[in-house]
Amino acid sequence: MEKTYYDPADLKKFGDVSEFGPELAKKFFDYYGEVFKDGALTAREKSLIALAVAHTVQCPYCIDAYTTDTLERGCSEEQMMEAVHVAVAIRGGSSLVHSVQMMNKVKEVSM
Amino acid sequence: MPSLKHTGNKLFDPQVQLKYLETHINGLNVFDQDLTASGLSPLKPRSLDVLQINVGKVCNQSCHHCHVDAAPDRKESMTTETFQQCLDVVRKNKFSMVDITGGAPELNPNFRWFVSELKKLKVNILVRCNLTIINSHKRFSDLPEFYAENNVEVIASMPYFTKNRTDSQRGDGVFESSIHALQMLNAVGYGMEGSDLRLNLVYNPSGAFLPGDQLALEQQFKKELFDRFSINFNNLYCITNLPISRFLNYLITSGNYQNYMEKLSSSFNPVAAQNVMCREMISVGWDGSLYDCDFNQMLELGVDLESISHISEYDHTALIGRNIRTNQHCYGCTAGTGSSCGGSVV
Repeated sequence: MEKTYYDPADLKKFGDVSEFGPELAKKFFDYYGEVFKDGALTAREKSLIALAVAHTVQCPYCIDAYTTDTLERGCSEEQMMEAVHVAVAIRGGSSLVHSVQMMNKVKEVSM
Repeated sequence: MPSLKHTGNKLFDPQVQLKYLETHINGLNVFDQDLTASGLSPLKPRSLDVLQINVGKVCNQSCHHCHVDAAPDRKESMTTETFQQCLDVVRKNKFSMVDITGGAPELNPNFRWFVSELKKLKVNILVRCNLTIINSHKRFSDLPEFYAENNVEVIASMPYFTKNRTDSQRGDGVFESSIHALQMLNAVGYGMEGSDLRLNLVYNPSGAFLPGDQLALEQQFKKELFDRFSINFNNLYCITNLPISRFLNYLITSGNYQNYMEKLSSSFNPVAAQNVMCREMISVGWDGSLYDCDFNQMLELGVDLESISHISEYDHTALIGRNIRTNQHCYGCTAGTGSSCGGSVV
């Protein structure tokens, strides 16, 4: 094993996952390619969503890939950071909204 | 920033650049092998429609990515005699376009005379303008009118629609000056609906990444520049930064060289290679030397003919039969949808 779990060079080996399971890998990469094509949303909008999701799942490979991709698609630094803040708001909000359960429980057991 | 030449940077020497490109392969593909595998080697011209003339390296700007290493401290500038030789060649041969570049071509004292003489020859004239030259001194403030009178197609550098990213590539204050210049060009009819005066913008990525889809970026630029500054233009040309001169220096010093070259070479597209601009043009240096393109010019890779090296020796038939010289930097024009002085080629 490497001394660290994450090596930036591994991103380029993503396609190599087919070595241990070619059929499923092909289905995944075909699907992946279709997902990111222009559709009801533009490829640029999808790239910004991917950047936000990458921060939510805290995947360094995805952050690397979609920072470059959004830059190539002409996104500004402000747009990229706003996308990340959307992820942050949902992630923070998802914690905060659970405090309703905490409040319910407190009220249930309190006099 | 001063030029590589002025600072004594060893990368100023084209031989040092070529040696770096040829010896730092590290698992990269080799351009000439990819070209051979695509059935395109040796690369040959398809026609000779465009005469691109680099009239000098003098510039009022000093951009971080400049493949010419142009700057205010450069002195190289085409002489009247060489201009006259270019005119003679245009007069005797059929070119669809004369493409004038630099440096800032307007800083050559012969620039306006040369454009006026070209107009008499009824050839399409294209000038690559850095925009800020128009506001750099009052003697240049009538350039929009001059371009219009001579029906010049203006290709203007505009790397992005925000100040930060533009100024980080081209220098402090460039964005605001460029916006003002574009508004001046619009005011005389350039880029406006119903006008024959064409204004196209050039987008270069401000860093070690490739340009995205040209049409999508053009739509974005049109919306942003109009909404923010009421600016109109015709088309956006996406040009990939080639790994030579100052951009090569940036790639090496920033630690981005290997990744950038991997991305360029792994994106080699044989269809883009078929359509590279060097197959339809010849490039003239400030001293009259002949090259396959402006990038080969900066690497001092002269045309591959024993009998012809200078505009005074121009021979249309011999030049159209030449082999085009290639090296690792050529991946910049063949990656993805390709890149040329007129944008994507696929």
